[in-house]
Amino acid sequence: MTIWVLIGILIKILVIVGITQGTVAYLILVERKIAAWAQDRIGPNRCGRTLGVPFALIQPLADGAKMLLKEDVIPKYVTKPLYLLAPWIAIVTAMIGFAVVPFGPTGPEQIIDFQLAPNVDIGILYVLAVGSLAVYGVILAGWASNNKYSFIGGLRSSAQLISYEIPLGLSILGMVLIAGSLDLSKIINWQTQKFYGIPCWGVLAQPLGFILFFTSAFAETNRLPFDLPESEQELVGGFHTEYSAMKFGMFFLGEYLHVITVSFITVILFFGGWDFPYLTYPEQTAWYWTILKVAVITIKVMIAIIFIMWIRWTLPRFRYDQLMDLAWKSMIPLALINLVATAAIVQLVRTYWS
Amino acid sequence: MRLDDPKLKKIEPPRLSLADRFFLPQVAAGLLVTGKHILDVLIKDTAITVQYPEVQHVPSPVYRGVHRLNKDEEGRPKCVACMLCATACPAHCIDIVGATAPESWPDREKYPESFVIDELRCIYCGMCEEACPVEAIELTGLYDLTGLSREEMIFDKTKLLSVFDVTRDAEPMKFTTPPPAGTGPTQALESPVS
Ligand code: SF4
Ligand code: SF4
Repeated sequence: MTIWVLIGILIKILVIVGITQGTVAYLILVERKIAAWAQDRIGPNRCGRTLGVPFALIQPLADGAKMLLKEDVIPKYVTKPLYLLAPWIAIVTAMIGFAVVPFGPTGPEQIIDFQLAPNVDIGILYVLAVGSLAVYGVILAGWASNNKYSFIGGLRSSAQLISYEIPLGLSILGMVLIAGSLDLSKIINWQTQKFYGIPCWGVLAQPLGFILFFTSAFAETNRLPFDLPESEQELVGGFHTEYSAMKFGMFFLGEYLHVITVSFITVILFFGGWDFPYLTYPEQTAWYWTILKVAVITIKVMIAIIFIMWIRWTLPRFRYDQLMDLAWKSMIPLALINLVATAAIVQLVRTYWS
Repeated sequence: MRLDDPKLKKIEPPRLSLADRFFLPQVAAGLLVTGKHILDVLIKDTAITVQYPEVQHVPSPVYRGVHRLNKDEEGRPKCVACMLCATACPAHCIDIVGATAPESWPDREKYPESFVIDELRCIYCGMCEEACPVEAIELTGLYDLTGLSREEMIFDKTKLLSVFDVTRDAEPMKFTTPPPAGTGPTQALESPVS
């Protein structure tokens, strides 16, 4: 019995890793397209034209081949073990965060459990913990590169990630308090209920929490407007200046994997996960409902990812002091207020309502 | 200037309103702008990209591309080897060897025996064109200047004269004759370079 569970999980891991890596490749294409459109350009549209593939759909393959075939330069002056380790940390920490993310409906009664590690009670805590490990990849890369720009990039990154970790955690706690669980699937189930006919999506129950979470999530993914660790104009490329070929590609993959994780967490915590109001309920276990729910959550995640890219081509980068001001002077107090207010209301409702 | 100088103007940064300090209205406004651009390209096809090899870019009439050596009505190079362009050239990329003009050319003393421009060193400033007293050298609208070696990019007299043959109809001599009605800038010409 247990061996079959193990094999099932291994298959799931393989499928998930395959799908996410493939998605990342295409996300890069999507990002380039959105960048081009935002700048009144067309973007990649040629790759594969001679083979009859439309919309440059094999561009990601070409990009990947380029990454793999490029010369992999390891500068003489780097601290070699750490230099080699850093990209792996970046990509592994980004990958293992997926372990508790429910890709669809979960629970023992479902035919497939859409979660690698089902019923992890501390789900969201695990995601946060693993997500903050990613900072090691960046810091080690910056430090081991033995290059001032990289080092400053790594330092900035550590300060930024550690600062934004706090509002990130605090803003989630409101949702956790309301739903009464750290388990991501339980949080989704809570959001499927209706309050006077309105779906209780997290974004409606915790609007401030959502804004704070989404903002800190940007900082966690190192993307514009918070891409200070790699700001090209100031730092030449920041922590990955000295990396080439596939090592650089791994940082790149890690960044996009983070984007996917963050989008999943946003959708699960604040947009009801697989919930489509008045259509899906936790009780439905038939296979077609499962497919529908997976489709719903995938579409929501896609929208979130596109929104993140849209933001990237809209906002300029923050200055470093503004970045710190935003975290420590605005977001942490706001998150604390949000948390205390939520806790008080939840307590009042539990005492006097039910 | 002392700090209490009455002429000293102190400029305060503008005070941000509460809404400004939340950034969100500005973020929304910015999203609207970029969103409009994205949708415009997607729906109304407003992208300014020129699909280059299939669609040729048409440079503006004052574009400064590859040089040409103009010919007069008899097909002789107009150049009189006065060296003014070579002197004016800030990149020192024009190399002229002048020689006494043949007896049959009574209108001039000298003509260029060789006329070489290193198109790689040239910065396309147009000074040579400005300096020339007889409008013999001009910069054309040809921009697809490519080659497989450095030597290939050093244009000699023959090549420069051939550029004139290619671009004569599209770009009549800029100063001597007024351009005939209906002629525009260089249109997708066969490049003499490649
Ligand atoms: S365009 Fe300028 S740099 Fe080029 S040959 Fe003429 S004067 Fe020299
Ligand atoms: S091209 Fe004009 S300026 Fe240059 S040598 Fe000939 S006549 Fe003189």
